[in-house]
Amino acid sequence: MTNDPKFPQRLDPAAEKIRRRRSIAIALTLGFMVLAFYVATFVHLGGNVAKGVM
Amino acid sequence: MSIQSEVGQADLTLEPSVGDFIQLMKPRVMTLVVFTALAAMLVAPGSINPILGFIAIVSIAIGAGASGALNMWYDADIDARMARTAARPLPRGRVTGDEALSFGGVLSVGSVLTLGVLVNWTAGALLAVTIGFYLFVYTMWLKRRTPYNIVIGGAAGAFPPMVGWAAVTGSISLDSILLFLIIFMWTPPHFWALALYRCRDYERVGVPMLPVVAGLPETRKQILLYSIILVPLAVVPYFTGLGGIAYLVSSVVLGAVFLGLAVRVYFTTEGREADTAARRLFWFSILYLYVLFAVLFSEAIFHRFFA
Repeated sequence: MTNDPKFPQRLDPAAEKIRRRRSIAIALTLGFMVLAFYVATFVHLGGNVAKGVM
Repeated sequence: MSIQSEVGQADLTLEPSVGDFIQLMKPRVMTLVVFTALAAMLVAPGSINPILGFIAIVSIAIGAGASGALNMWYDADIDARMARTAARPLPRGRVTGDEALSFGGVLSVGSVLTLGVLVNWTAGALLAVTIGFYLFVYTMWLKRRTPYNIVIGGAAGAFPPMVGWAAVTGSISLDSILLFLIIFMWTPPHFWALALYRCRDYERVGVPMLPVVAGLPETRKQILLYSIILVPLAVVPYFTGLGGIAYLVSSVVLGAVFLGLAVRVYFTTEGREADTAARRLFWFSILYLYVLFAVLFSEAIFHRFFA
């Protein structure tokens, strides 16, 4: 008999909750990044797209 | 009682929480960084789109936090043995060294790229210099080698107004260098006041802070000397047009109090009173910098929106 850990290991509920919150924080950060780049692109372009300026 | 028993045993079985990662970013330091950078953005000539301004501030804040995380990663060994830092996430075992390193690394690269790509590359490069200076020059090179660690290393904390200024103007100017110099000259009396009443901590872990290496009288003298340079320097923004009359009055009045406290530190050398004098100077120095930049900030807001 070996003592090798079995995967996937189950976390206790408290640890699971902490991990979920961490995942949400990472998702929110990534979402903010995407939004920031998206909006900033429009800010940089300004009215140039509408005017057809390259 | 040992520090280990004071802070409890390291618990590696717990998952690191979001709060642990926020703590890694030294939120109190971040506040000062954001505040000084924002003030510089407002006093800088020209304007920035509010969305880009917001992105710039968030990037600067995250860059500052990332350098804090990298500093905690590198200094985990000494943090564990100092009362002031023993409760940080790494010494407590809430976050592993690898986690702190990757967290700090990813945020550093992310913040510099975001600022560079979305705002401008002068600001992005300055943020990279700030992070690099804090990690490589201060944390890795100077901190454990020279009693003047915070004199040179203090530059890292002084860069944010230059980053904020560059975010708006795309350049470096004498005025932004002046803001840099104020924080640069403020750092030694601020940290040495702390080191005066925490010197046993630094001595135990072998960090050559000035009181440990040169002694308390020399530290008190250096605090006074730096304060004598800082106080008039902090008045200069009025004469360059960065600050108005409110700034002049506050920099003179607060400067007088700062000098008074530094003089008291110099002459109070014995017993609990000496510690109290150093503590007062330490806490007042924080208030001093906050108020100076708050006045700059308020005057800029007033001129932009009401004048």
